[in-house]
Amino acid sequence: MAQHSRKGAQVQAVTANRLTDGVVVYLTPQNGWSPSLQDAEIAEGKEAAEALLARGQTFFEPGNFVLDVYLFEVERTEAGIRAASVRETIRQAGPTVRVDLGKQAELEGVHA
Amino acid sequence: MQLIKNGAFIADVWTHVADEDELPDGPAIVSLQRWQKEQNALVARGKPLGIRLKSGEAPSLIAADLDKFDVVALEFPAYRNGRAYSYARLLRERYGYKGEVRAVGAVLRDQFYFLVRVGFDALEVRDNITPEIWKESVGVFTNDYQPSSDGKPSVMSLRHRLAAHASARNAG
Amino acid sequence: MYRYDEFDLKLVNERVAQFRGQVARRLAGELSEDEFKPLRLMNGVYLQLHAYMLRIAIPYGTLSSRQVRKLAHIARVYDKGYGHFTTRQNLQLNWPALKDIPAVLDELASVEMHCIQTSGNCIRNTTSDHYAGSAPGELEDPRVVCEIIRQWSTFHPEFSFLPRKFKIAVSATEHDRAAIRVHDIGVQVVKNATGELGYEVWVGGGLGRTPIIGKKVGDFVPRADLLSYLEAVLRVYNMSGRRDYLYKSGITFLVHEIGAEEMKRLVEEEFEEIRKTGALQLPQEEVDRIQKYFAPPAYETLSDAAPEIDALAAKEKNFADWLKTNVAQHKVPGYAIVNISLKPIGKTPGDCSSEQMEAVADIAEKFAFSEVRVAHEQNLTLANVRKKDLYEVWKALDASELATPNVGLITDQIACPGLDYCNLANARSIPIAQRISERFKDVDLQQKIGRLHINTSGCINACGHHHVGHIGILGVDKKGVEYYQVTLGGAADETAAVGEIVGPAFTEGEIVDAVDTIVKTYLDIRKDGEILLDTYRRVGLQPFKEKLYAAH
Ligand code: SF4
Repeated sequence: MAQHSRKGAQVQAVTANRLTDGVVVYLTPQNGWSPSLQDAEIAEGKEAAEALLARGQTFFEPGNFVLDVYLFEVERTEAGIRAASVRETIRQAGPTVRVDLGKQAELEGVHA
Repeated sequence: MQLIKNGAFIADVWTHVADEDELPDGPAIVSLQRWQKEQNALVARGKPLGIRLKSGEAPSLIAADLDKFDVVALEFPAYRNGRAYSYARLLRERYGYKGEVRAVGAVLRDQFYFLVRVGFDALEVRDNITPEIWKESVGVFTNDYQPSSDGKPSVMSLRHRLAAHASARNAG
Repeated sequence: MYRYDEFDLKLVNERVAQFRGQVARRLAGELSEDEFKPLRLMNGVYLQLHAYMLRIAIPYGTLSSRQVRKLAHIARVYDKGYGHFTTRQNLQLNWPALKDIPAVLDELASVEMHCIQTSGNCIRNTTSDHYAGSAPGELEDPRVVCEIIRQWSTFHPEFSFLPRKFKIAVSATEHDRAAIRVHDIGVQVVKNATGELGYEVWVGGGLGRTPIIGKKVGDFVPRADLLSYLEAVLRVYNMSGRRDYLYKSGITFLVHEIGAEEMKRLVEEEFEEIRKTGALQLPQEEVDRIQKYFAPPAYETLSDAAPEIDALAAKEKNFADWLKTNVAQHKVPGYAIVNISLKPIGKTPGDCSSEQMEAVADIAEKFAFSEVRVAHEQNLTLANVRKKDLYEVWKALDASELATPNVGLITDQIACPGLDYCNLANARSIPIAQRISERFKDVDLQQKIGRLHINTSGCINACGHHHVGHIGILGVDKKGVEYYQVTLGGAADETAAVGEIVGPAFTEGEIVDAVDTIVKTYLDIRKDGEILLDTYRRVGLQPFKEKLYAAH
């Protein structure tokens, strides 16, 4: 899997896919999983990121609610939290070739 | 680990013996290397003998010696590594081996069906496997398309039996 | 078409029950993802970027209208109203929920379909010629062999855990539309000097990381021995194929490492042993039984001329264009083969909405003996249409955006899902294909360019068959940015060849212009009657390279 987190990324969030339907979700400060990146907890720096990932993983196996938990780089913008890479932007929003599908509604112009 | 032999959960009388270890008094399963080195001594021992083949050690290597072994154990280093499925069939179908063919190593419960079909009659399985799981897994499919070492009639031959039956009835 | 009997049906139902149990165990938390993954992967369930993906097997690409309607229904109820036809003649759903998949499998089983062996390191769906049964010069309907292979390979106990996935394709005409030379095994139906039918067997072809054209290993395998021969090839591979290194685990590498001669020797040796037992010898009754299902439909005796169609074509250019590219010669007078383009200008190659599937099912029912084929080029085919119905068929297809007159032309591209959907992707494929399609949308320009296959993959796995595109495009990732590497001169047919890399990769912004430059260069230097592939074969890479990198 290319384009996950860049080495040395400073601002990161934790993502996974929901077990029952595969929907992309993000780890929240309340230790829940939200389909919106806007609800995600953001970690700054390496240590915070590792701690966040570790938390994500405890909400992973025993409950079996999500799978494929990992860190990825994000940016804070005027319009909200955005994924940094093309790959994660597509996960965040939906396919660039079907802008009627996925979660793009909350992210106007994300694939523009 | 527990042993399933011909569908029954039974106590294992065999010991897997590492190359550097002393042979036990009873039945022992040794590696191919040990067999090649200590052949005479192993036979002279007069105790039941088994051999263990790693993935990559094809049964052709022991084809001439098969009458010396009560057990041929075939290793699965990972459940994905399916070489030993071919080894088992060769042992049964090509070399006519009638002794125990045992699966050891990484096997998933969802593979029991395949293992039995290619001629394994003994499996070392994880402790969480119950007789119910075994039954469900092994019996997942009633019929099989291909002939294999289990000697079950293939779907093709069942079809022809049915057809022959039907035409006999029509004729009669 | 093949119809299930009690045995086929029971097996599929038992499989659904098994998978339902596995999903239930997973959802209840009894299985971890590590334990469940191999199980779901044996049933075509992948995790992609946005959701799970379910790959539905379409054995040798043949579907009945009833099955197509069921697929439309499934896509509408359990997915987002569309599916994606792949280069392996399968259908992929992009958004099914795991919890719904057992219900989807029930629906599929009700029309004799399944997802068995659509993933995992086993023998996958056997693919074939989408013109099967209708192609001029065909020696026999290749689907008979495919069905025999399908049954033999389904839950084959010895070959369900191979070193790598394993693909077989069958062709029965000289012109190879099934790309058999880039499959692990390619079966070519041939006739020997005494007029007897048998099989040529090609082994070790493949795309992916290291594309290789297969080698002919079996020159003439008698009909009754085909399964013995295939079992021999698979056994040699299963025992000797590498398992330590994923990228060298294909049969391609085995053949490459030991050489075609040695491979042939090993296979022949094994084949003799298997043949001796007689266990896999195909009884003629079984061949006959299956053959009956593929008996030709009730063709009418018709004149081959269709003056009313010619007259309509003379009046309507759009219809004439469509006839020219989307309709192919049929072996029976008065009939034609109709290709349905799933490549409307600017749309996703291979995508088909539920409404479109239903339209196709209706049209097939009315005009084509209720039968639909999937082509590996990600199009659909109606293999048996009366010539005199062509105008009506065209009208009906056109009403559903299914009559783009571009089959075999530059806008009829193959593209894998790429980074818009695929978890393994390095770059997007679909938008590139869409922009190329827009650039070359002019029908006259397309016809002037002639037959040209552009294939795009979003990563080295080559699901978009880029190596065998006349122009191949491969998405690569350079530090999180999408780049595209271009190859020239690939071919998938009987002249199969792997394309040559033209030079450094292009950015997303440059790639369409690069294709344009290649096409213009070709148009400038081509000789009469040449297609781009011919020109490339005559002049090589250099003239294209010069133009492509002139500014650098
Ligand atoms: S080629 Fe790569 S990106 Fe495209 S579908 Fe296959 S794995 Fe995905």
